[in-house]
Amino acid sequence: MKQEPGLTIIAKTVTRISVWLIILYGIYIILHGHLSPGGGFAGGVVIALAFLNVMLTFGHETVTRWLNIDFLHDLEPACGAMYLAVGILGIAVSGSFLANFLNKGTLFNLVSSGNILVLNIIIGIKVAMGLFTVVWALALFRFDDGGEK
Amino acid sequence: MTVYLLCFALLLVGLYGLLVKRDMIRIIIASGIMGYASNLLLILFAYKRGGLYPILEKSKAVGERVMVDPLPQALVLTSIVIELGITAMLVALAIRLFEKNKTFDITKIKRLSG
Amino acid sequence: MILPFFIIIPLLAAFLIALISGDRDYWAIIVSVLAMISLAVLALFAFITIGGKTIVYEMGAWKIPYAICLAVDAFSAFMLVIISVIGLTSLMFSIFYIKHRSPSWKYYALFMLLVTGMNGVVVTGDLFNLFVFMEIALFAAYALVSYGSHAEEFEAAFKYAIMGSISSTLVLVGIAVVYSATSTLTMALIAERLPQNSAVMFWSGGLFLAAFGLKAAIMPFHAWLPDAHSSAPAPISSMLSGVLIKSLGVYVLIRLFYNIYGAPPVFLTIFRVLGSISIIIASFLAIGQWDLKRLLAYSSISQVGFILLGIGIGTRWAILGAVFHILNHAIFKALLFYNAGTVEMVLGTRDLRKMGNLTRILPYTTTTSMVATFSVAGIPPFNGFFSKLIIIIAAIAAGHPVYGGIAIVGSLLTLVYFMKVQRYGFHGEKVVEMEDVKIGWGMRTAMIILAVLCLATSILVVPGIRETTLDPVVNAIMDKTGYIARVMGR
Repeated sequence: MKQEPGLTIIAKTVTRISVWLIILYGIYIILHGHLSPGGGFAGGVVIALAFLNVMLTFGHETVTRWLNIDFLHDLEPACGAMYLAVGILGIAVSGSFLANFLNKGTLFNLVSSGNILVLNIIIGIKVAMGLFTVVWALALFRFDDGGEK
Repeated sequence: MTVYLLCFALLLVGLYGLLVKRDMIRIIIASGIMGYASNLLLILFAYKRGGLYPILEKSKAVGERVMVDPLPQALVLTSIVIELGITAMLVALAIRLFEKNKTFDITKIKRLSG
Repeated sequence: MILPFFIIIPLLAAFLIALISGDRDYWAIIVSVLAMISLAVLALFAFITIGGKTIVYEMGAWKIPYAICLAVDAFSAFMLVIISVIGLTSLMFSIFYIKHRSPSWKYYALFMLLVTGMNGVVVTGDLFNLFVFMEIALFAAYALVSYGSHAEEFEAAFKYAIMGSISSTLVLVGIAVVYSATSTLTMALIAERLPQNSAVMFWSGGLFLAAFGLKAAIMPFHAWLPDAHSSAPAPISSMLSGVLIKSLGVYVLIRLFYNIYGAPPVFLTIFRVLGSISIIIASFLAIGQWDLKRLLAYSSISQVGFILLGIGIGTRWAILGAVFHILNHAIFKALLFYNAGTVEMVLGTRDLRKMGNLTRILPYTTTTSMVATFSVAGIPPFNGFFSKLIIIIAAIAAGHPVYGGIAIVGSLLTLVYFMKVQRYGFHGEKVVEMEDVKIGWGMRTAMIILAVLCLATSILVVPGIRETTLDPVVNAIMDKTGYIARVMGR
């Protein structure tokens, strides 16, 4: 009997619908980081787990075909460099690293509190890509012929 | 007072697992338990009796209730991120060690000694 | 002004290397060399112009009780110079060494992260920020120890990672205890608010001593060091053994126990005892080793014991000797690890019994190893002689003749095992043949630079030059109330 990669047909059908909701929930946590608990790291972990969910139910090769892994792998140091660029802009504008120089807006709005929102988004993307790349690379190991570093 | 003693007991449970267990995966889990114990200690030190969660909301007035200390909660968030990275690296090292030695048992991995 | 750039430059270099490197490591080398040269220039500039002041920089445009601050005084600038210079020579060595192992941009990115972490630990003035930067440096160190993917390297990295995670947990518990007593994380405010000789100070002091003692490889906590430093590739061994254990271990211990706790006598006694144990037992263990890099690793434990003995004695001369020994040990230990790496690359083995007469085929390596051996054994006029002499005289003058005697015995044992290295490794009887590898000019240049520095830094003890270079460092260490006042800006 040929073994299909991944889990059963029930799991695959449910995942097809629910993975987008999980990603939406992760984006909600990232964007409301300055209003309610959560923020960049928690939302990033949720998005990484959504991709991990797809990898568990559909198998490793399907995810490699579905997502552009090289682009996602390059997105992580790009987000790190963007974070440092925001910090250096803070030095250029008002003399301290990571100074809050954007418009702070009114309280309790979604677009408020200056560059905290921008930093949350950058951290969220970086954590999601970093965590997913680590798990994807660990899943590449096959115990009979070795894997890559 | 008993809460702090139980937190210390959790730290000792993690330390016991780290020292006694022979399987690499159990050692990694035990180091995670020690991390949980130290995070719990930080949050316990932040509690004020009768305090609210430290979030401003549009519907509630700030009023006269005290809020619990939010700084150790930020420290715990950072520490959880760091321990996630450490655990990922330990698991990757454990996989590569299994590849080379064909066992997860640390008493059999003895190439370096003396 | 320029303080955050000590952290921004290597971190940005690490991210740029990860982003723009393709299959070849061409861009990685250029970016990392540019970053290290600019860091070395900035560090030298900071050390020369700092004098007795303390530069404080608050991040994020907040003020002191709420901000994370960076505070650089003479001691921090001194450590920055050591990290940058040894890092630059290590980078020069590793460009040619890695070509024979497994060249990749990942090595350079991890190296830049290691330098970021160490710079951050030395520059910061906030206790939790110190923990975060220590973890960044340790991540890079665990990954770099296992670079090269041999079986021993993974085992060494696993041991190092497990012990490092125990010590990180202990640091967190210590920070929790200190925060509960003072409700602040800025080191100057902790120094002001912590009640002297109370239970909080002994609890947190004990926890920090265990945790940072493990990072500095003091004797009961040393078990990870021989495996990690002998299995890592040679330039990484020199960075780990020369700079990391001093920047993460000894520097933090001095900051905590002198500037924040105000040198309580109980802890100074513990430093003296642990330092003496490190010197004697590690020297005996080093005599019995036949693996060259393992012998050098045990020698590192022994020399850090000297530094700790100097710190434990507590007088001005002892701290001067200890600080000078930090600089000297970084230079000659890095040089010795470069020699070991060259020998391993040329002969393919690290076993002293298999090496023979290397004077004919490796002239530069043999000469620089003789220079380093004279330095570490304490033969005038090399720099090791002056720092060990100052520690021994300070021990006897402060009324601890036993510790002075232990230091003298330790020096003699150091001479014994390094003579063993010279006898078997470089001037043995067998005539060995070289494998067909070429030693790059960068490796030779790095070794020659460090050998010249071995001789040149002995002029730092001359009384005229000492006032500008080493005395401000000792003043910054011994003055607790001055540290608080300068950081708080009063």
